[in-house]
Amino acid sequence: MYIAYGLLFLAVGGAEATIMRIQLALPEMHFVSPEVFSELFTMHGTTMIFFVVMPILFGFANYLVPLMIGARDMALPRLNAFSFWMTAFGGLLLYFSFIGGTGIYGMGSAPQITWWAYAPLTSRAFSVGHSTDFWTLAILISGVGSVGAGVNIFSTIACRRCRGMTLSKMPLLAWLNWVMAAMVILGISPLTAAQIMLCIDRYLGGHFFDTQAGGSAVIWMHFFWIFGHPEVYILVIPAFAFASEIIPVFSRKVIFGYPIMVAAVLAIAFLSFSVWAHHMFAVGMPSYANAFFVLSSMLIAVPTGIKIFNWLGTIWRGKIIFATPMLFCLAFLFQFLIGGLTGIMLATAPFDWQLNDTYFVVAHFHYIIVGGILFTVFAAFYYWYPKATGRMMDEKLGKLHFWLFLIGFHMTFDFMHVPGILGMPRRIYTYEASRGWGIWNLIVSIGVIFQILGVGVFVYNMVYSYLKGEPAGNDPWDAWTLEWSTSSPPPAYNFAELPEVRSRRPLWDLKHPEDPDWSYE
Amino acid sequence: MSSIPLSASAQEEWTLPSSGKTSMLCLIAAESVVFTIFVVAYLYDIGKSLSGPTPAEILKVPILDTVCLLSSSFTIHWATRALRQNRIKAFLLLWAVTLALGLKFVEGTATNWHWMIHDRHFTISTSLFGTSFYSLVGLHISHVVIGLTGLSLIFALALAGKIKQKHFESIDIFSYYWHFVDAVWVVVFTVVYVIGLHGIQV
Repeated sequence: MYIAYGLLFLAVGGAEATIMRIQLALPEMHFVSPEVFSELFTMHGTTMIFFVVMPILFGFANYLVPLMIGARDMALPRLNAFSFWMTAFGGLLLYFSFIGGTGIYGMGSAPQITWWAYAPLTSRAFSVGHSTDFWTLAILISGVGSVGAGVNIFSTIACRRCRGMTLSKMPLLAWLNWVMAAMVILGISPLTAAQIMLCIDRYLGGHFFDTQAGGSAVIWMHFFWIFGHPEVYILVIPAFAFASEIIPVFSRKVIFGYPIMVAAVLAIAFLSFSVWAHHMFAVGMPSYANAFFVLSSMLIAVPTGIKIFNWLGTIWRGKIIFATPMLFCLAFLFQFLIGGLTGIMLATAPFDWQLNDTYFVVAHFHYIIVGGILFTVFAAFYYWYPKATGRMMDEKLGKLHFWLFLIGFHMTFDFMHVPGILGMPRRIYTYEASRGWGIWNLIVSIGVIFQILGVGVFVYNMVYSYLKGEPAGNDPWDAWTLEWSTSSPPPAYNFAELPEVRSRRPLWDLKHPEDPDWSYE
Repeated sequence: MSSIPLSASAQEEWTLPSSGKTSMLCLIAAESVVFTIFVVAYLYDIGKSLSGPTPAEILKVPILDTVCLLSSSFTIHWATRALRQNRIKAFLLLWAVTLALGLKFVEGTATNWHWMIHDRHFTISTSLFGTSFYSLVGLHISHVVIGLTGLSLIFALALAGKIKQKHFESIDIFSYYWHFVDAVWVVVFTVVYVIGLHGIQV
């Protein structure tokens, strides 16, 4: 349900992005008004982060974690339902602002406050009517749902592992989701607190972010980004988890450096709570604060680099099978590396002063979120679809989807860096022809067409394969983790008899009793 | 799955932490973060208010209430211990005392707030100090009220004779929450009535 809900909002958020790209394709277009454009980028950002990527990742965690640790269900099934409905209600509330928010011409109006909603834009004076209220309540409610989901995932992994599955024998996906759940618990809560403060300011006449009473607009930025940067890792760590399961299976090798992979993700999680103000170099912080956040942000590149080298080490000399999930993972490796490198560029404060709030930043984070996260999410769909439905996804359509999306992605987001360096600010609704940004924006917008085609093929493939796909059998990929030992689709109780494991690859032990893994680990 | 070879470890103990306890600790971790943000805002805003009254002019230090709330942590601890030892009457009595101490705390805060709001016209929108004071203390008191609701529910069930020794674990998990609420008060008290009242700039 989480996944279906996420996909639905993916379509909505994608449509918003498309309208924005149509508007920006040529200089001085008048496809939408400036106000509508502001609403679109606010809603696009909020939707994609809170109501697309997070629900999809929670959905995968909910489905896969119990299967991979040999459990019958999540630890707290009722909390699970509660979390889902909170998230779902939050999304509906956000979109209700189109109808319920007070706008001109008697129409509804979505919030125009950007997804990070800096004060004083959110104050009553600048956000008249209720659209910002819908926004803050939607985030507040879905935040409660997210924390519930995080608690549930954390407890499931802590308390429901099957006999013999010690922490060092857990699949990496379980490990990474465990870290992600802990980060949700600690990372989403600051946002919840900040939203409560915003509600107090808006409803009760409070002054937290009101500079005219001595309050501070900057403190909202701090609170938002204390949430905001861990959030990036909350989103990307499950993507790492998918890659860490899929790459070994299609390289026919064990993951390279399992303990280091776990250590690296713990280091990333720890460091990610100390880098938030690199989003705020342009605010004007003391130079020692700038220096601290530059260094901590660069430090995080070290464990991230270790992970990339370990994935490469896994592929190295493997018997690589270029099936669709593997293609998406390989593209992820390449794109995530580039996104990481532009991240290091932006983490340098003087560089950031030059390019802050330009399209370079937009290109950077889309490289991570689309090129890194969305690609592995597609890989995960192709990889686990047979388990969930009992039918294989069509390989030909899968490859077509991959190539269309890859071309579209690179057209859009590679060329988006250029107008950024040329000085094109983000969030502008149009620009003059004489600026010389036109050709780049046109290429960027054309790339969107390829991406839409790719996603269209993907959706068609899901429906087609559900009806007519080849039967998958229990273990179509000859994989090694527990979910492939039960039937496809698994029964509601997952396992008829709870399994017991002795190594990190229980199915390898089963298939090769003469050379089991546990004699080496 | 029967075909996975069972090993010698089948005889070994395989115990994992209880999911109830783990989830409660996770919830407490999340709540601690929420409180941390409010405390940081409070500390940051000390002395920044552009209009009066100052903390020294309006705050009365709630010593008695604090003593009540902190002692309730001891009584709930003894109550759960009594339940573990299956002394149901002692459990009931100690639980009632805990509930009474909690109610006294809320009553004290209510009286104090009534005086500040009604008699002195000091509200959440009066000044930045009002905003941060009522928010932080209000956030805490709302947690006390949630805790009291739980305490009363369990008390009602216990009066009806529904709480037995086998419920020890659930009651124990609930008591974690109450301990947490008390511990937060120690922080809030320090921040509001020690650091804030004396205008120590952070």
